[in-house]
Amino acid sequence: MYSFDLTDEQKMLTDAVNRYATRQLRAVYRDAEESGALPDDVIQTGWELGLLPALIPEAFGGFGEHSVLNGALIAEELGYGDVAAALHLLSPNLVAIPILLCGTKQQKQTYLPQFCTETFPKATAAFLEASITFDPYDLNTSARLVRNEYVLWGQKTMVINADEAETLLVYAREGQSGNTQAFLVPAKDPRVHINRRDRWMGFHALRTFTVELEGVTIPAENKLGGKAGIDLKQILTCSRIAVAGLGVGLAKAAFEYARDYAKERVAFGEPIAHRQAIAFMLAEMAIEIDATRLLVWEAAWKFDQGKPAVHDAYLAALYAADMALKVTDGAVQVLGGHGYIRDHPVELWLRNGRGLVTLVGSVIV
Amino acid sequence: MPICFEVPPEILNQTQMARMLAEQVMRSISRYYDEHEHERPWEYINVIWPFIQQIEAANLKRSLRRNGAEEEEPKEKKRSTTHVRMIHMIEALSWGDAGIYLCTPSSALGGAAIQAVGTPEQKERFLTRFTRGKPKWGAMAMTEPQAGSDTSAIQTTARLDPQTNEWVLNGTKIFCTNGRLAGCESDGLIVVWATLDKSLGRAGMRPFVVEAGTPGMHIIHQEKKMGIRASDTATIRFENCRIPYDNILGSPELVRPDEHEEKGFKGAMKTFDASRPYVAASAVGIARAAFEFTRDTLAAQGITIPECAPLHKLSAVQRDLLQMEMDLKAAWLLTVRSAALLDAGESNTLEASMAKVKAGKVVTSITQKCVELLGPLGYSQELLVEKWMRDAKINDIYEGTGQINTLIVARRILGYTRSELK
Ligand SMILES: Cc1cc2nc3c(=O)[nH]c(=O)nc-3n(C[C@H](O)[C@H](O)[C@H](O)COP(=O)(O)OP(=O)(O)OC[C@H]3O[C@@H](n4cnc5c(N)ncnc54)[C@H](O)[C@@H]3O)c2cc1C
Repeated sequence: MYSFDLTDEQKMLTDAVNRYATRQLRAVYRDAEESGALPDDVIQTGWELGLLPALIPEAFGGFGEHSVLNGALIAEELGYGDVAAALHLLSPNLVAIPILLCGTKQQKQTYLPQFCTETFPKATAAFLEASITFDPYDLNTSARLVRNEYVLWGQKTMVINADEAETLLVYAREGQSGNTQAFLVPAKDPRVHINRRDRWMGFHALRTFTVELEGVTIPAENKLGGKAGIDLKQILTCSRIAVAGLGVGLAKAAFEYARDYAKERVAFGEPIAHRQAIAFMLAEMAIEIDATRLLVWEAAWKFDQGKPAVHDAYLAALYAADMALKVTDGAVQVLGGHGYIRDHPVELWLRNGRGLVTLVGSVIV
Repeated sequence: MPICFEVPPEILNQTQMARMLAEQVMRSISRYYDEHEHERPWEYINVIWPFIQQIEAANLKRSLRRNGAEEEEPKEKKRSTTHVRMIHMIEALSWGDAGIYLCTPSSALGGAAIQAVGTPEQKERFLTRFTRGKPKWGAMAMTEPQAGSDTSAIQTTARLDPQTNEWVLNGTKIFCTNGRLAGCESDGLIVVWATLDKSLGRAGMRPFVVEAGTPGMHIIHQEKKMGIRASDTATIRFENCRIPYDNILGSPELVRPDEHEEKGFKGAMKTFDASRPYVAASAVGIARAAFEFTRDTLAAQGITIPECAPLHKLSAVQRDLLQMEMDLKAAWLLTVRSAALLDAGESNTLEASMAKVKAGKVVTSITQKCVELLGPLGYSQELLVEKWMRDAKINDIYEGTGQINTLIVARRILGYTRSELK
């Protein structure tokens, strides 16, 4: 039967993340955006929430099980706090979840416990390439099997925290088949070059890098999933749902801020929210946010139930990307000139909204 | 219950039957009744009537039980599936033909008002007829020539004649769906909104039940429409129309609005909490009909929807198809949520309006896009797509226009009253 209620456990989870997002992330996100880095202690507190170990089974050092729905709920709360911090905190998931989904038993045993430690894991994924025709199923980065080793060539962008990483999960086109596969690469290999920090319109607090792989050689067993390789669609489905969840949270933040402002701001003798032109924009935002959340939940629920969810997640991500941009843009509009000033958060949310669409949206879509 | 998107098997079965009816009966007569505007689709009416009788009987029984329960043990919340079941049926039938679906013999909006505020005696007296005998219709007459969205402006009056202890109705109602079927073509009834005291605005308004054939009630006109032509849209004139005292729904006692906030009015306005999800479901049904037909027609030409693909690999037509598909899903999920909340006994006024806004908008844009994508085929009356576009538009108009429902959403999210946000 249809139901839209969180379980008590999910409520505790979302409450905890929401508290962290509103008290900690909201306290630092503007300074972090201006200074270009998130405070270590805030990240550490976020890590201590145990969000990732909660998705990893006990057998591999965690204390839960993989749930895309819970992932989506978490993403919404983190996105509500700050998308840059959320992407930072979730960056180890980009390695752990694919291992969980597609790794061999050996790989799970070797790597997953590294994501259940007290300190923030030094692992991140290298997926996106700086090309307008980027296609996850047709990558430029290549991996060629030479005897018992893979040799990787190519250039990746938007690799979160690459400079501090010890493990990179690199996606590359494999030899003859041309299929996309993922490879566990030691980030400190001398042929891995962390070239420069990326600069984007938004996400200034997030440290991302362009990474070059100059004939990096790794053992064949570092290919994720062994001979069978990965199921890219499943991996992308999970990240699409998470990103869509971030979009819902971001939009919710912008909507609430604009709503509260519109009730305070007086023009022509009345709060601007008394006018339909403003009130209708806000109503539209509320409707679209709710619609997107339902799309996200449905896709996540299907995935967790083992039902086909690839297309649902694709639609949810497409819808969420559009929605996040529309809502954050609307929020700036509701604040008028003040919305354009960096004293208010809405301009930052609009820049981040655009970023979700471009960097993450079109990538995973 | 945790988050779940599973449709229960019994609802699936029922929906399956509705789908068969839609495909085999409704689709085959769809064009005929579009072209023969004021004829009645008896092929459909006779087939659906036995099912409706069962649903009406169950609803009546449940509603009477609720009356009893309220007195004994208050607030026993039990999860039902009534509304989720209904939206699935309505969606499936509207996929067949929305105009014909509107001809479904049932107590409809009239019945909903009686369920919402009627006494047990009134429920028995007025609603039992829908559980037996020949097909019957119920209708709701609110709209007047000078009062559409602004329902507080209605001019139809109800005056108590103390001599006979009867209410005397005077005024004209327009756009009454199934007004003629309910008022003179069957043994049905019409719930008519009238004012006891114009100076009280909404607080002075009450619904009254007028049974078919009551002297003084004249069905004077049937509209000719852009779409849903199979549906009966009537003008009704009340000329000293006398009805028994007990036909008033809710308390006849008048209170100043400031004393007691628009009580009688609000009670019956609750019927919109159910009817808006129903309209939204009907909208989704039409949208799905157009979408599926367009998708399949294009697929036959080699234009398909990818499971997932980067945007730069999609053609403009593929992007249109994806947009339609996700809009359709979004509207349906909002509709499902609004119905499920009602079943769970929770308030859904906000969510019902959200669903109505979204579905009204989406059905309009999807059907218009389908006509566009199919080129001359889309515009041709050889196919049904052009008809679906005509049928679609009403969903953004009745049961509160898109603007009025947006207004309701806006007031709710802002915590504003009518006077703060006009
Ligand atoms: C086929 C059909 C069936 C119907 N069935 C029934 C029925 O069974 N029973 C019944 O009682 N009625 C019925 N109606 C009436 C329907 O509910 C009304 O037509 C509808 O409520 C709009 O009223 P109106 O046509 O007078 O438009 P108006 O109220 O004149 O509105 C005109 C325009 O102004 C906008 N508008 C009005 N007020 C505001 C505001 N405050 N803010 C912003 N915009 C505003 C509206 O959205 C609309 O776009 C039916 C109508 C049709 C066409």
